[in-house]
Amino acid sequence: MSAQLAAYTTSTGEAFQFWVLGTVAVIGALCTVFMKKAVHSALSLAGTMIVLAVFYLANGAYFLGVVQIVVYTGAIMMLFLFVVMLVGVTAADSLKETIKGQRWLALLCGVGFGVLLLAGIANASLKDFAGTGQANANGNVEGLAALIFTKYVFAFEITGALLISAAVGAMVLTHRERTERAKTQRELAEQRVREGKHLPPLPAPGVYARHNAVDIAGLLPDGSPSELTVSKTLRERGQIRDVSTEAINDLRALEQRSTERLERTPIEPETFKRPEEASK
Amino acid sequence: MNPVNYLYLAGLLFTIGATGVLIRRNAIVVFMCIELMLNACNLAFVTFSRLHGNLDGQVIAFFTMVVAAAEVVVGLAIIVSLFRTRHSASVDDASLMKL
Amino acid sequence: MEKLIALLIAAPLLGAAVLLVGGRRLDRVGHWIGTLLSTASFVIGLLLFADLLGKNAEHRTLIQHLWTWIPVEGFQADVTFRLDQLSMTFVLLITGVGSLIHLYSVGYMEHDERRRRFFGYLNLFLAAMLLLVLADNYLLLYVGWEGVGLASYLLIGFWQHKPSAATAAKKAFLVNRVGDMGLSIAIMLMFTTFGSFAFGPVFGHVDGASQGKLTAIGLMLLLAACGKSAQVPLQSWLGDAMEGPTPVSALIHAATMVTAGVYLIVRSAAVFNAAPDAQLVVTVVGTVTLLFGAIVGCAKDDIKKALAGSTMSQIGYMVLAAGLGPIGYVFAIMHLVTHGFFKAGLFLGAGSVMHGMNDEVDMRKFGGLRKYMPVTFITFGLGYLAIIGFPGLSGFFSKDKIIEAAFAKGGTEGWILGGAALVGAAITAFYMTRVMLMTFFGEKRWQPDAEGHEPHPHESPAVMTIPMIVLAVGSVLGGAFFSIGDRFLKWLEPVTGHSEGHSPVSAGEVTIATMVCLVIGVGIAWAQYGRKPVPALAPRGSLLTRAARRDLLQDDFNHVVLVRGGEHLTRSLVYLDHSLVDGVVNGTAAGFGGLSGRLRRLQNGFARSYAVSMFGGAALLVAATLLMRAV
Repeated sequence: MSAQLAAYTTSTGEAFQFWVLGTVAVIGALCTVFMKKAVHSALSLAGTMIVLAVFYLANGAYFLGVVQIVVYTGAIMMLFLFVVMLVGVTAADSLKETIKGQRWLALLCGVGFGVLLLAGIANASLKDFAGTGQANANGNVEGLAALIFTKYVFAFEITGALLISAAVGAMVLTHRERTERAKTQRELAEQRVREGKHLPPLPAPGVYARHNAVDIAGLLPDGSPSELTVSKTLRERGQIRDVSTEAINDLRALEQRSTERLERTPIEPETFKRPEEASK
Repeated sequence: MNPVNYLYLAGLLFTIGATGVLIRRNAIVVFMCIELMLNACNLAFVTFSRLHGNLDGQVIAFFTMVVAAAEVVVGLAIIVSLFRTRHSASVDDASLMKL
Repeated sequence: MEKLIALLIAAPLLGAAVLLVGGRRLDRVGHWIGTLLSTASFVIGLLLFADLLGKNAEHRTLIQHLWTWIPVEGFQADVTFRLDQLSMTFVLLITGVGSLIHLYSVGYMEHDERRRRFFGYLNLFLAAMLLLVLADNYLLLYVGWEGVGLASYLLIGFWQHKPSAATAAKKAFLVNRVGDMGLSIAIMLMFTTFGSFAFGPVFGHVDGASQGKLTAIGLMLLLAACGKSAQVPLQSWLGDAMEGPTPVSALIHAATMVTAGVYLIVRSAAVFNAAPDAQLVVTVVGTVTLLFGAIVGCAKDDIKKALAGSTMSQIGYMVLAAGLGPIGYVFAIMHLVTHGFFKAGLFLGAGSVMHGMNDEVDMRKFGGLRKYMPVTFITFGLGYLAIIGFPGLSGFFSKDKIIEAAFAKGGTEGWILGGAALVGAAITAFYMTRVMLMTFFGEKRWQPDAEGHEPHPHESPAVMTIPMIVLAVGSVLGGAFFSIGDRFLKWLEPVTGHSEGHSPVSAGEVTIATMVCLVIGVGIAWAQYGRKPVPALAPRGSLLTRAARRDLLQDDFNHVVLVRGGEHLTRSLVYLDHSLVDGVVNGTAAGFGGLSGRLRRLQNGFARSYAVSMFGGAALLVAATLLMRAV
């Protein structure tokens, strides 16, 4: 296939690649939308993006393909994951719709839009294509550079300004102004003494409990869990696991199993009588 | 295979992303769906570049990526500060503008 | 000399201002200030009269231009006074009789603690009336016209603590408003027709105007005259206006107010001469009113209301004469002047009787008063003889002329009008004799008033009797003085014009007929009230009598036609307003409210809902784009 001539079809290998990876991309996109947990969505999206990177490469956009993997999948998606972690990994969304009619409207609009879009593309009668062979003759990166630094230099500069603004904006948004001097360790200790509670450091989680994981509250001497032992973040997210009843549940399950194994009949409640009552 | 199929794929991905934006409540997922839409556009640009045989489409896709990166930075910052104040990442919870 | 004209008005106006603004510190001298300023106006009038007499008949018009009131291009309203023979006559009548009534009021209102205010109103009345007759254009005349309406309202309702007086004042004012509307429409018509409302331009351009417009102006002027002069159909206020103090009645009936209508018609002679249809309506109105008033006067037991009926009737004569055109103008004014004398005298006499009878007005509770009030009896009697047209007295000359003029109208109209006037004369003789007999003759039918005070009739003080005497002299001599040598005719002719007409009956025959009517009327009255004792309670009477007691059902008519009709109209309009206008407005509002209530749901605050709208819009745009491409 000559680079100069307009082509009507691509190689069979590319077609095979398209159909296999295209399916993967669509499945990834659907998973992005329909996965309950944000982490899963993010991973699905990352998969779709990698597939897209391959498609870029197949389309002769070598630079973009690499950038897609490095910047998008590598940086942006990691940023996403980072925020997901910050906000709460396990906080699964309920997919139940709360706004009346929203889902149906959304589906209607989506399907309608998709049909229109596809119909529009199909209507465009794009039979032949030029291919990027000639454009990439001097190398894809060089070609892009030639365009970016000549024809699109202005846009490029402005994009740089945009990036800087975005960085500054993100900092401004997430930055919390400290209005007073940070307390030194000594001052904090004195304050604790003055308030008169928790003179020693907070108890560690999991103490006297069956687990010593960070999300399991330590047990007080009377056996009740103390939320104080769990970190504030977990407490606020409601991610404390309660194991105080686990031991009893385990015991009950064990008894159940042994009962089934030994085919014992359950003890009648009537037979349990207090000694005082029996003596009467 | 005609490269137009890439365009169909881009359209499909765009639609899925758009629907996701409308359906999901979690702001982070909504954001991901927006990224999906942007990527679909990028795929279309790259395909156009190939159809036309010049690199302008790729340059545009490149700019799109830069803008998307900027947008993600600011958007995620907004989500974080929103979560900080409301302890929720649901877009429905930020509905103070209704009666 | 023309510089003095403004002073004519200024004097009583100053009096009104001083008395009304001055407050209680003027209580002790207020009435004398009012009388003095009124008299001053009369004296100025006499000076001007002497000046006019000294000139040729053609040059007896004085114009005083004070300032331009509304200096607008194409709409010039000047404050200009015009003193000619007609105005002069009115000025002398108004200030002369008015001053006498002022003097009388000093005694009559002696025990009223609001006497100062009363004199202020009287002065205001005079000032407004003088402005009315002296104005040189209709707009200024309108100011005086409204001023008269205001003053009459204040005076009729002077005893506003009585609900009847307050209602009567309101009624007079409202009925007058109808007439005022006529005058204002007439002025507007004049402005559109002649481009001016000053007397000179209007009368000068009458020939160029269309007949229809002239008739319309004439009818509107007549409507105005009907309101002020209490002519049918706007006569209903006059009887109720008796609620005011008696001097007010005298002033309204003799010198001011009711004469304004006659003045307006005579002043607008040029317009009426050019609009025969309007003139015919004027004569009809006058004739109907003279019979209407006379019939009402026969049935009333209230002395003042009987006199009010008589006023209506006499003004009817004047309007009839004024409607006859140049044949009658002079006699209308002459009768107006003589009527001013004897009617003022009669009212002051009635006031004197009431003064001595604990303010009793029911004639059935009078009787035999001639011995107790000799001066009142004699002056009232002279006024009585004058009004019924006893030969030699003033009413004889003026009324006779009007009847003659009515016959001279010619044709069937002449016979009808003249006949009606003759019948009116007979009825006048009847009801006036009835008043005279019931009040001064027969047995005493006095009854104690509501608080049990026995009446002690006594002659009134000199301050009240002197005006009565002066007026009695006027009513005896006035007619003869005016008529002998046609003095009045010659005096007024340059202004109003005069023509003799062709009477089918000679003057002598008319006089004889009048005398016969007079004798018949007096005879019937004597047969009914002189020979037989007057019952203290009014008999049931015939249907006509009962109707006449109710003012010939005028109020019932007004109530049924105007009040009920107005109420129904209002109610239907209110219904229309509520259902249709409000319905549309409220319906629109409710529709938009409901629509916004539904549209508001779209604004639910959820960003995702808005996103759906945006996405749907984008889809529509794509669809539209594709469609356009396809097309």
